[in-house]
Amino acid sequence: MSGPDLLAPEALERARDEALAAFTAAPTLESLAAARTAHIGDRSAVARARKAIGSLPGTEKADAGKRVNVAASAVQEAFEQRKRALEQERDQRVLLEEAVDVTVLPPRRRGARHPLTTLSERVADVFVAMGWEVAEGPEVEHEWFNFDALNFGGDHPAREMQDTLFVEPAGSGLVLRTHTSPVQVRSMLDRELPIYVICPGRVYRADALDATHSPVFAQVEGLVVDEGITMAHLRGTLDHLAVALFGSVGDGKGIRTRIRPNYFPFTEPSAEMDLQCFACRGASAQPGGEPCRVCSSEGWIEWGGCGMVNPTVLVACGIDPERYSGFAFGMGLDRTLMFRHDLHDIRDIYEGDLRFTSALGSEV
Amino acid sequence: MRVPVSWLRTLVPDLTASADDIAAALVRVGLEVEQVHRVGHDISGVVVGEVLDVEELAGFKKPIRFCHVSVGDAVHDVVCGATNFAAGDRVAFATPGAVLPGDFRIATRQTYGHTSDGMICSAAELGLSGDPDGILVLPVDSPLGADVVELLALRDEVLDIAVTPDRGYQLSVRGVAREAASAFGLALADPGLAETPSADSDGFVVRVDAPEACDRYVARVVTGLDPAAQSPAWLQRRLTLAGMRPISLAVDVTNTVMLELGQPLHAFDLAALRGAIVVRRAAAGERLVTLDGQDRALDPGDLLITDDSGPIALAGVMGGGPTEVTAATRSLLIESAHFAPLSIARTARRHRLPSEASRRYERGVDPALAAAAAEAAVRLLVTLAGASAGVVTDVDTRAPQPILVLPAAAPGRLAGRDYAPQVVRRRLEDVGCTVAGDDPLAVTPPSWRPDLTGRAELIEEVLRLEGYDTIPVVLPTAPAGRGLSAEQRLRRKASRSVAAAGFVEVVLPPFVSPESLDALGGGMDPPRVLNPLSAQEALLRPTLLPGLLAAVARNVSRGLVDVAVYETGHVFVGPGGTAPPTPGVDGPPTAEQRAALDGALPPQPRHVGVALAGGPASWDAAVGALVELGGALGLTLQPRAVEAGPDLHHPGPYHPGRSAELLLDGGRVGLAGELHPRVCVALGLPARTCAGEANLDALVAAAAAAGPQPAPVVSHFPPASVDVALVVRRNVPAAEVEAALRKGAGELLEAVQLFDVYTGAQVGEGRRSLAYTLRLRAADRTLTDVEVLAARDSAIAEAGRRAGAVLRS
Ligand SMILES: [Zn+2]
Repeated sequence: MSGPDLLAPEALERARDEALAAFTAAPTLESLAAARTAHIGDRSAVARARKAIGSLPGTEKADAGKRVNVAASAVQEAFEQRKRALEQERDQRVLLEEAVDVTVLPPRRRGARHPLTTLSERVADVFVAMGWEVAEGPEVEHEWFNFDALNFGGDHPAREMQDTLFVEPAGSGLVLRTHTSPVQVRSMLDRELPIYVICPGRVYRADALDATHSPVFAQVEGLVVDEGITMAHLRGTLDHLAVALFGSVGDGKGIRTRIRPNYFPFTEPSAEMDLQCFACRGASAQPGGEPCRVCSSEGWIEWGGCGMVNPTVLVACGIDPERYSGFAFGMGLDRTLMFRHDLHDIRDIYEGDLRFTSALGSEV
Repeated sequence: MRVPVSWLRTLVPDLTASADDIAAALVRVGLEVEQVHRVGHDISGVVVGEVLDVEELAGFKKPIRFCHVSVGDAVHDVVCGATNFAAGDRVAFATPGAVLPGDFRIATRQTYGHTSDGMICSAAELGLSGDPDGILVLPVDSPLGADVVELLALRDEVLDIAVTPDRGYQLSVRGVAREAASAFGLALADPGLAETPSADSDGFVVRVDAPEACDRYVARVVTGLDPAAQSPAWLQRRLTLAGMRPISLAVDVTNTVMLELGQPLHAFDLAALRGAIVVRRAAAGERLVTLDGQDRALDPGDLLITDDSGPIALAGVMGGGPTEVTAATRSLLIESAHFAPLSIARTARRHRLPSEASRRYERGVDPALAAAAAEAAVRLLVTLAGASAGVVTDVDTRAPQPILVLPAAAPGRLAGRDYAPQVVRRRLEDVGCTVAGDDPLAVTPPSWRPDLTGRAELIEEVLRLEGYDTIPVVLPTAPAGRGLSAEQRLRRKASRSVAAAGFVEVVLPPFVSPESLDALGGGMDPPRVLNPLSAQEALLRPTLLPGLLAAVARNVSRGLVDVAVYETGHVFVGPGGTAPPTPGVDGPPTAEQRAALDGALPPQPRHVGVALAGGPASWDAAVGALVELGGALGLTLQPRAVEAGPDLHHPGPYHPGRSAELLLDGGRVGLAGELHPRVCVALGLPARTCAGEANLDALVAAAAAAGPQPAPVVSHFPPASVDVALVVRRNVPAAEVEAALRKGAGELLEAVQLFDVYTGAQVGEGRRSLAYTLRLRAADRTLTDVEVLAARDSAIAEAGRRAGAVLRS
């Protein structure tokens, strides 16, 4: 076909129609691409027609150009349309084929921190928020810090009571600390007054391991030495900690603590402290109350010991008892953890079974 | 201390409160009442019966009796296996429907061919002590049909009180009664104030050669004892309820007095004594056979009671065999003495002989009580055994009670509330103090309260008796604090980092066996526990690995397949030093004393350890966890292979080709990698178990010292990437090549990434190819091709110089 024939209106219409038919008939993007080469490419009828325009006389060029443009854009338009349709079809098929079971996650190790660690940090944070600081000390300790400075005389029956683990060499006075109180002694010797410190840490007793006793356990002690410190301040601090750890603020009345007289060489007066049962809030001990498993229907849970720092301890630490007074308290973190999580065997804490830690790993 | 409430009421006659109320009141003032035991409350339907006739039934293996028992309004047939009664005896008869202790219900039943319509009770069946094979025969005047529970006062409560070491006086009914009396505001009938006869000039001769350990020694002679006399039922019952076994009249009397007053007494067989009693310390080489049959070598610190024959008792602890009271004893010497607590405590501990007596002496016995207690025992022996009171000896060298000065407002100042001066005075008087003056008060503590040694102790008495629950609740205001220390924050971050890497934290006891350390290569000398909980695990861990690896093995043995655990905690390196002198407590230790104390402690740094097995466990997870931990703290930990010798000997427990030491600024701070196969076998671990451990304190210290990091310049210009493939000798670590590339590329280098490692024919034997992408970027411009190529060439040249690398062709 010669140039002018290619530009005939019928020829252009035919070329357009053939192109449209070819595009519509193309079943895949690949065949569509082939159809595009045939009907839009350089050797297509429309392309060749466009080239033929140049050979026309000037007067006819404008008309012919217009015709070619109309046909070309119709062809291009049809191609684009078909391409979009085929792409959509392909995407639909591929995305469907690529679908996965989103409930199958590849195995990934999930780590966890031990609940004793998180609880210890939590207690520390409560006190740090009040301006206290966290004090630490060695676990193998000299008896002077563990006993002597704390008013345990050499033959004090309480010194036996502690069932201490002694460390070689014999007679060196080295012990595994039986409480974190030696950290209190170090704090009083080393820190500026006033002192507001919390002492979390591991302690040791020569106790046989059973469901409720571990020879190694975690303790947290607190110590305040300042002018004008009273037993009322001790009570206020204990109540505050109880609410921070167990109390719901929502009902306006937090968990309470109570103190009962007791004896410790390093405090005078000394007291045992009980925590109001956080489960029944003491209701189980009332007449007609529902029985409570957490507190054995006593309404209170034994939590630890406390008291006003014995003046002899202040003297041993170089603090003037005429000017300063102080209070101290201590409780078992294991015990706290046990009743917080309804745990009945302390051995679970120290056995290293990762199922235990993992299950409580979401604690903060 | 077990205190029968009926006994308590005899000392506080107006005390009508219930046992539970008494217990609650005692708890409130600080006595630890652990339990209120109820006895006899579970008995009903037992009445006084009279045995009308007795028929012995023949043909059975043991004696069986068929009797008729009248209870007044009815006569019961009853079959009975006991033989210690006769027609006409009054007995405790359980009628059908009766209940005995232990919910033992009595019903009519057929036995030995007869109907048995009830039961004749033994003492034991009623919860009393006595012959379990014989029935309890009641006095003939017991009213027929009367309720035996009422008649014998079988119903009682016993307060079980845990006594703290400072409260020796509570180891007596008297001491507890004093607390009850003051709690209820009632009068105490104090048996300690009984009249006592004065000493006789011709009393039994007693000489005290150790007055520092014995400031009071009362000796009473008692003669004409009826050896057949038995302790009456009431006395036996008191002892039984208080938890002591009735033994013989003389022993029961001394025990009763000790329980009531808290004064231990000792009864010597007077006929067995040779000459005067001398109280003295033991001489070297002396021995004594104590009542328990033990032949004991005595210590020069032991306080002894002696006579001409030598030691006859360990004072305040246990008597000796030859002077023991026997069934034939007709005359006694009763000792009622006051011994120093320390001396008794040491002797009891030395000979492992805790006794009721030593327990009381250790906690402090009232030295004023000796005469009254001896008198109480003598009176009982006179009444119950027909004895005669003989001569009285009283060696008394007691010091006067100290007078303590107490400002009247001091208790209120420490409590945080006010107490009226008259309240302070009354409470001190309640506990037995004599109080003089208005303000300050001059307080003389009572003789039975050796624990009242200072102002704080007096304040405690006021506060506890007024009730701790009356103390207000006030939160103290601390000065502004500095928060957690940098080290504390860094340790938290380190722990979180390991957990984030997929490790589960464990908290393990620090006791390890020598074998477990040997399995890890040995060469460690950690401190040893002198009295370990387990003889096998007597060492304190010098490394976290034994515990972690045992935890891995335990988890694996429990069926867990992918185990990754970590721990942070103290390890104990090297034994402690020699014994420093122990400073006194009347002031702070001097700088030298303090340095000696601290210097005696073994180094005990905190470590962090990881261990993993099963699943995708591989050396790089262990090394990576510690490197990442370093990264979390802002530290670059450089792994480096540890030089392995020709025999593949390697320090520690690791696989010589798959483990690394971790270097911080060139110094080793940790080791990690796959365990040596022999270690896995020795410890029962899965093959290819991996582990690692680093000195957490060292890492934290380095991080804390580093201070704030400078901010980077974040360039907004495009990067230029260029790849280089270098051939090096096979044993050149990639880290060395990378370090050279970094140095050579200079400051335009933003990142280096190793993306391919090739070994094979193309690069030659003993060599490997390492392909890196270098990302280059300038802060202030787009790099030109010339700049990029210059940096690349410089990097390659440096790698050539430092690592022998050549560009792969
Ligand atoms: Zn409860």
